[in-house]
Amino acid sequence: MDYITKGLWQALQLIFGFNQEVVEVAWLTIKVSGLAALISIIIGMPIGCWLATRDFRGKKVIISVVNFGMGMPPVVVGLLVSIVLWRYGPMGWTHLLYTPWAMVIAQTIIASPIIASLSFAAIVSLDPKLRMQLLSLGATSWQAIFMLVKEAKIGLLAAVIAGFGRAVSEVGASMMVGGNLKGETRILTTATVLEVSKGNYDVAIAFGCILLFIVYGVVTILTFIQHNGRQEHP
Amino acid sequence: MKKTRYFSIVMILCMTVALVLAGCGQQAQAPAKKVEPAVKDIILATTTSTRDSGLLDYLLPVFEKQSGYKVKVIAVGTGAALKMGEKGEADVLLVHAPDAEKKVMATGATINRRLIMHNDFVFAGPKADPAKIKKSSVENALKAIADNKAVFVSRGDDSGTHKMEKKLWNFVKIKPEGAWYQQAGAGMAQTLKIADERHGYTLTDRATYLAQKKNLTLEILVEGDKKLLNIYHVMEVNSKKFSKVNAAGAKAFGDFLLSAQGQKMIAEHGKQKYGQPLFFADGGKTEQEFSAK
Repeated sequence: MDYITKGLWQALQLIFGFNQEVVEVAWLTIKVSGLAALISIIIGMPIGCWLATRDFRGKKVIISVVNFGMGMPPVVVGLLVSIVLWRYGPMGWTHLLYTPWAMVIAQTIIASPIIASLSFAAIVSLDPKLRMQLLSLGATSWQAIFMLVKEAKIGLLAAVIAGFGRAVSEVGASMMVGGNLKGETRILTTATVLEVSKGNYDVAIAFGCILLFIVYGVVTILTFIQHNGRQEHP
Repeated sequence: MKKTRYFSIVMILCMTVALVLAGCGQQAQAPAKKVEPAVKDIILATTTSTRDSGLLDYLLPVFEKQSGYKVKVIAVGTGAALKMGEKGEADVLLVHAPDAEKKVMATGATINRRLIMHNDFVFAGPKADPAKIKKSSVENALKAIADNKAVFVSRGDDSGTHKMEKKLWNFVKIKPEGAWYQQAGAGMAQTLKIADERHGYTLTDRATYLAQKKNLTLEILVEGDKKLLNIYHVMEVNSKKFSKVNAAGAKAFGDFLLSAQGQKMIAEHGKQKYGQPLFFADGGKTEQEFSAK
């Protein structure tokens, strides 16, 4: 119990004292996971929209693959990415292993299927007649999709929140491909694991608290966007 | 209505721009590093004890400042570190499993194996000492633990400490099995914590034990046996075999550890904080000198 109060106190000191190392770790966490979430949106959302608005043979197979990706264990992703990025691996020439970019890649692979699958669910659960109606009113296919995306805003932002949450809370893969290098690839989750392995439980709790603050902050912003200009009970 | 919509669009745009800028910030740094990537970065594969005891945090900034190299520390078990060397995925190794090291040397994957420092392993256990091993010899301690089926927490991760522990069990010809023999699959600090929670015994290097002592009720029960010597060597990965290896950087790091300054820093580390040094600097000595002692 003592650890928790001590940890909280230390977290407050670290945050408001603007400890340079902690600020760097926290800032890198936001950059890496934010970028991963952004790329995941760019990859995942179009896939979700495409699956939701098109009918073709083998669609169920693709959907099952995307859903499978949602349950992909991060350690497996980490292992695969590091094997590919090894010096003597197929993409060793990129020199990306043990850099923040490697973490962005791993987190993107982990978060994209979540965003794809949840955006698919968000759009497909709209009234199917809506798209027909839009098209018959003279909207082009693109305009129709734009309108559908706007209608499904709540669900789509839920997808973004879930994707970011998964990316930022990930530890196994980031540890493997980033190497948890001080001042370079140390993010809040890997720093927490390191402090636990060093036995500095109070510092670990402090890092954990900072991570919670960041996640809460980002999620709050996204939630405000999600519910902006909308009345749930008209 | 329209205003709020604009607001949300602007917000999303702002976030996107911020994220992209954040990304660009990284991109801008990357090329600077890539000018001479093979030369500047050194990948050091080492054991968790050198990191968790704070030794590397103490040594590396000095080495990096002097030499201009950037050391990327990958702290894993000695088994994994040696594997990285064997595959050419690291430039330099700092490890503590002499028998396994010699095997890797024999394959030609690494060169220039040099003794850096030593400390020792100790048996830590609960104060109550259910198997009564306090101050007994290593042989009797292991036999007593096995006979009493007292909880023993093993690293179980093929690290240098785990290799040493297996060697000792082998030495007394006991095959540890059963519910009392628990394999943690974790680093030293965490294994100590598990042993502490379960009132068990464990084999630990002294440096990690001292660094962790504040979180533990475990006590040192067996120590000082010659068999418990823990010797660290530095090895450079062979650039003739692996062309991507940063040979110059690896050599520079080894040379730094053996330099007068490096040795002095190793000997001083931890003296103030723990009242005794965590490692003993042994530059220039050979293994034979230790076994002859």
